[in-house]
Amino acid sequence: MIAYLIRRILYAIPILIGVNLLTFMLFFVVNTPDDMARMQLGIKRVTPEAVEKWKQQRGYDKPLFLNSTADDTKKISDTIFWQKSASMFALDFGYSDDGRNISREIATRMGPSLAIALPTFIIGLVIYVSFALLMTLFRATTLDIAGVALCVTLMSISGLFYIIGGQFVVSKLWHLVPISGYSGGVDSFKFVALPILIGVVSGVGSSSRWYRTIFLEEIGKDYVRTARAKGLSELRVLFRHVLKNAMIPILTGVVVVIPLLFMGSLLTESFFGIPGLGSYTIDAINAQDFSVVRAMVFLGSVLYIAGLILTDLSYTVVDPRVRLT
Amino acid sequence: MNFMPVILWSDALVFLLLATGIATAWYVRQREYLLLPWRRVAQSSVAMVSLLVLSLFFVIGLLDTLHYRAALPEQNSDETVYSPEVLSVFDKLVEPLRVRTEKTYSAPLAVALYAKESMTDAQGNVLRDYPRLRYGGAHLTDESERDGDVLKRALLGALGGLLAGLLIALGIKSWTTARSLPLRALLIAALTIAIIIGTIANLATAYHVLGTDKVGQDVLYLSLKSIRTGLIIGTLTTLVTLPLALFLGVAAGYFRGWVDDVIQYLYTLLSSIPGVLLIAAAVLMMQVIIDTHPEWFDTTASRADMRLVALCLILGVTSWTGLCRLLRGETLKLREMEYIQAAQSFGVSSMRILARHIMPNVMHIILIALVMDFSALVLAEAVLSYVGVGVDPSMISFGTMINAARLEMGREPMVWWALAAAFVFMLVLVLAANLFADAVRDAFDPRPNRAEI
Repeated sequence: MIAYLIRRILYAIPILIGVNLLTFMLFFVVNTPDDMARMQLGIKRVTPEAVEKWKQQRGYDKPLFLNSTADDTKKISDTIFWQKSASMFALDFGYSDDGRNISREIATRMGPSLAIALPTFIIGLVIYVSFALLMTLFRATTLDIAGVALCVTLMSISGLFYIIGGQFVVSKLWHLVPISGYSGGVDSFKFVALPILIGVVSGVGSSSRWYRTIFLEEIGKDYVRTARAKGLSELRVLFRHVLKNAMIPILTGVVVVIPLLFMGSLLTESFFGIPGLGSYTIDAINAQDFSVVRAMVFLGSVLYIAGLILTDLSYTVVDPRVRLT
Repeated sequence: MNFMPVILWSDALVFLLLATGIATAWYVRQREYLLLPWRRVAQSSVAMVSLLVLSLFFVIGLLDTLHYRAALPEQNSDETVYSPEVLSVFDKLVEPLRVRTEKTYSAPLAVALYAKESMTDAQGNVLRDYPRLRYGGAHLTDESERDGDVLKRALLGALGGLLAGLLIALGIKSWTTARSLPLRALLIAALTIAIIIGTIANLATAYHVLGTDKVGQDVLYLSLKSIRTGLIIGTLTTLVTLPLALFLGVAAGYFRGWVDDVIQYLYTLLSSIPGVLLIAAAVLMMQVIIDTHPEWFDTTASRADMRLVALCLILGVTSWTGLCRLLRGETLKLREMEYIQAAQSFGVSSMRILARHIMPNVMHIILIALVMDFSALVLAEAVLSYVGVGVDPSMISFGTMINAARLEMGREPMVWWALAAAFVFMLVLVLAANLFADAVRDAFDPRPNRAEI
């Protein structure tokens, strides 16, 4: 198990190097720092001096990969790639274009993101699985067909409309919670309640239908027939046998997103003005702040790979036959 | 000639896709075993009604793809000068909708603007009131006549639509010999659509059926134009996804060894980057390229179009990994089959085995993935445009419509019609696509229909 973990973590390193190189290429090789400077400064204020100054302030005035003017180790370390990319492996993301420390910013913004993402995830999972089990129990009846029809309709609605509609009905018509904003402590409840509700509702369609498919696949297997032949009630078959055996496909889809919860949700956070990582990312995209976008891409890949490893570990918990070697 | 045909990049690609589609359909028609699952699709009334709705959207999208530039009125020089504005055949068809713009917001079917303005009456007194619209209900002498007029026009339009629908249905009925089509459901759906179109078309001659937006453009026109953008994102992306996923997935599964390692590395790498961020990064990069090379584009339309094509390309490059993984898994399974081993021991070359034995057996996975992805891509367009990495802001799309209308929710009284229009159009398009995709999956998936177990 330990050996397996070490191997997986070692395997993650080439992936992360690849991610790093890819984003570096996207941002620095295809667009030279000069292009970036011109774009940031706007068309009117571009003079060669202004471009140079902009590059120098942000440390973009060095060669990309190899500094032939410097000596020894500085040949590699005194370059944009080394200073902007290699340091990411130490989780040091440098400074954003407005001069703030990105790592500190990420640490403070993770809280609000989690305050919304975690409850949404847990409540959502419970509701989706229960709804799917209900549809499976009443499979091929009118209730099931109506449930599936509801799911297909719900999943055909754009996520934007769930947010806009929810804000309109709950906040504007009923005045139950503020439309947007955030504060720490106990007060935060009234700010996060609506985003969580909307997050859960917007996922009902696709998730419940997906779980229903998994359960139906399991229910066609031989062990279910055996269980029924033994005289077990349908409910008992469903909860004791089908749910347990469906755990592997469920975990495959679910565990991988747990670490990504830290990243927050782009849409929800920006609509509700939550100062989390999602809105941070959106602001960076709109301001074309490449350092922040690159930091978020890197963080996202680290968390995704952590999710894959966690998924494998979770298999050993639910299925004693799985041995990680 | 008083116009010049313009073929934008996206148009060319759409024609290419259309040609491929027609060629595939012709190929399938010749072969009974390939036709069989399609016959199953054709028997499902839900699928056929969805297909009818979808084809309506596709016709609008195609008409909107035939672009041209009109010649400007005669100037003193000999050569004809063409307008810098790129129009489409669809624009020409609904020209009244396009050119009859009001000053600013007006509610659906309204005869007056949404906001009060200062006006001077005949006596020279200044008063504040809702000014009448330039076009919406302009034929009415008094605002109170509106309700009766709307009702009359709606009924006439519905009647006209019904008659036209019946005529078409009769024509099809006498022509078709199909035994297995769910004709009754199709007939009901076609008549309903004909009535709706008739009503809206007749009302649209005198009113703004869905109101106008901030700069006075007709919302119905904007919604209809958005259809093309959505369809292009949903279909052109597959042009990129398909070859990548097919070749890499099949190659990884069949050759294994280092080929498999490299391809697995590639797709783990791409899928480890959060989708929206990768798209955002690529779009930002592309935006800089487009901005620094203004000389590449002769019209704003061609620049916006380039961005759309590039967006499809980026979406394709970031979204082939899922399908690739599926295909790799399936190929791994297939290559152990006895008929493949037989072919190998006969000395059939790898390329031939791939082309003759593996590819045909993974086609159903590809088809299912394509139809399932379509609706997801249409929805993704709206989200990406909201984030600011979608289509060009000057391009009419559901995303830009929602984005513009979102800020108006706070106004009093609320401006709801643009959002409602985008919502309804998107829901109909995506729902039809989802229902059709479900039917295709049920017909092509070799596993038994699970709902009936």
